[in-house]
Amino acid sequence: MSGPMQDWKSQKKPFAAVATAPVFWIALFFIAPMTIVWLYSFGQNAGPAEIDISGTLDNYKRATEWLYLSIFLKSLAVAALTTLICLIIGFPVAMAITFAAPKWRPWLLLGVMLPFWTNLLIRTYALMALMGTNGYMNKGLGGLWDGASWLRTLVGMQPLDAWTPVQLLYNNFAVVLGLVYVHLPFMVLPLYSALDRLDKNLIEASLDLGAGHFKTFMQVVVPLAAPGIVAGVMITLIPALGAYLTPDLMGGTDSQMIANVIERQFKRANDWPFGAALSFLLIYAMFILIALQSMRSNKVREAR
Amino acid sequence: MFNRTAIAPLEYTRTLWMRSWVGLIMLFLYAPLIVLMIFSFNDSKRNVVWKGFTLKYYEKALNNDSLVEAMVNSLTIAFLATIISLVIGALAAVMLWRFRFPFKGLVEGTMSLPIIVPEICLGVAFLIFFAMVDWPTDLPWPLNLSAITIAHITFCFPFVAMVVRARLASFNKEEEEAAKDLGATEWQAFRDVLLPHIKPSLVAGALLAFTLSLDDFVITFFTSGPDTITFPVKVYSMVRFSVTPEVNAASTILIILTVALTFIALKYQGVKGISDAH
Repeated sequence: MSGPMQDWKSQKKPFAAVATAPVFWIALFFIAPMTIVWLYSFGQNAGPAEIDISGTLDNYKRATEWLYLSIFLKSLAVAALTTLICLIIGFPVAMAITFAAPKWRPWLLLGVMLPFWTNLLIRTYALMALMGTNGYMNKGLGGLWDGASWLRTLVGMQPLDAWTPVQLLYNNFAVVLGLVYVHLPFMVLPLYSALDRLDKNLIEASLDLGAGHFKTFMQVVVPLAAPGIVAGVMITLIPALGAYLTPDLMGGTDSQMIANVIERQFKRANDWPFGAALSFLLIYAMFILIALQSMRSNKVREAR
Repeated sequence: MFNRTAIAPLEYTRTLWMRSWVGLIMLFLYAPLIVLMIFSFNDSKRNVVWKGFTLKYYEKALNNDSLVEAMVNSLTIAFLATIISLVIGALAAVMLWRFRFPFKGLVEGTMSLPIIVPEICLGVAFLIFFAMVDWPTDLPWPLNLSAITIAHITFCFPFVAMVVRARLASFNKEEEEAAKDLGATEWQAFRDVLLPHIKPSLVAGALLAFTLSLDDFVITFFTSGPDTITFPVKVYSMVRFSVTPEVNAASTILIILTVALTFIALKYQGVKGISDAH
């Protein structure tokens, strides 16, 4: 940054000109609604359209019952699995973009970014159409099955039974696949920007000194790309944890995530105070994740 | 494409397994969308077998009044939310970049919170908020979209502020001081020196806000009423209750719009600029 910052007192008028609108907006249309939710989480239904903020902790007590706690843990597990898969399949893609010829690089980047700009609902719907019982994924699996059956007849064995389409949608597998599909660009972009900044001479030095590609990758590339990995993990994990659409459309009755439970309190069960408590527990979970991450990066900074 | 020279140690992208991996991932990302787009021209109710080319589902989609209305609503909201987010976001960026003031860290943190807070929580908050303040729901169009637009601005402007602030970091304050020394007023210096400098980030921020607003389902789901259906909410109800090829046609139109917007963004910013913005 060039030049020192100005103190607001010496520039009261320009400060007021730029500060009024953003501060007003964030106070009225963000702090106020969030505060109301927070207050509601300590309330109870007092009538059909009336909520009494009595300071009760019952909503939080109910939220920590095993039924809801298990959904919370399951959401965390699904989000963590999604993040891990995104990291594993996304890292080679980020590497490929980094080491691609300069004229190809922007196009590969664009290739990863374009789905990110496409409507989330459309992407989920497109994936669902592909995964339906008579969609192309089932057709592909059927083709493989027929191939295997034919191979068996070649070696003189009984052919397999005819292919019956499998239910790929409406289960936990579909939810994880859908979340990976949606969040993959979130992971690849920060990984790429970390790898792009990495000094390639270090990799070359490692290879010249006799380390293999795998060893170089694990001991040079991964540690140097650590900030990008952490950023990618956070950017994927946080929205995946609060995902609503994917489990709602692609999941079965047992693949609900915490966001679906929250939605139900507002749209169907009409238990707003309980929904408010669950919302705030989800927000606290996010804060804990972010605090863990900043603690880690502080530690790394101290170590250097 | 062909290996005319030996693969150097660092040319990972030229190795076969790396290329097949990238190819597979691209297939995974694009196959569903391409299949959806192709089958929007398919002359069959069921989406599996190609029965011949037709535009009838486009005709149907464009004659479906509620779908068109939802699309118009979405575009109107995105347009209004983008303009207001641009102003508020740019002001927030200038405020945080230029001034020292009490509780600055708190203000800065709070302004980035709408990016972090899960969509569902923000949606719930707006549902409760608008119910509590008795926000009128029977206003004439486009005023009836105000609740959704307000919600969209809240999660769009922090992104604009982020993009603009990144650009402000490269601004040379001496230019502004020179302008003032030469007699420019505060406003003139802002308009003629600072604004041209941040213009590329305003374009990028606007496109980001526009896409975010157009894309949003969860928050809109909680703030929309029966008369204020947006495109994603409409598609959601269509997908839930009956799959119609009309959805494919309408989706294809939106995908093409998104691709066009992305290419406009590329022209202004370059691929690097957009990847930095995220």
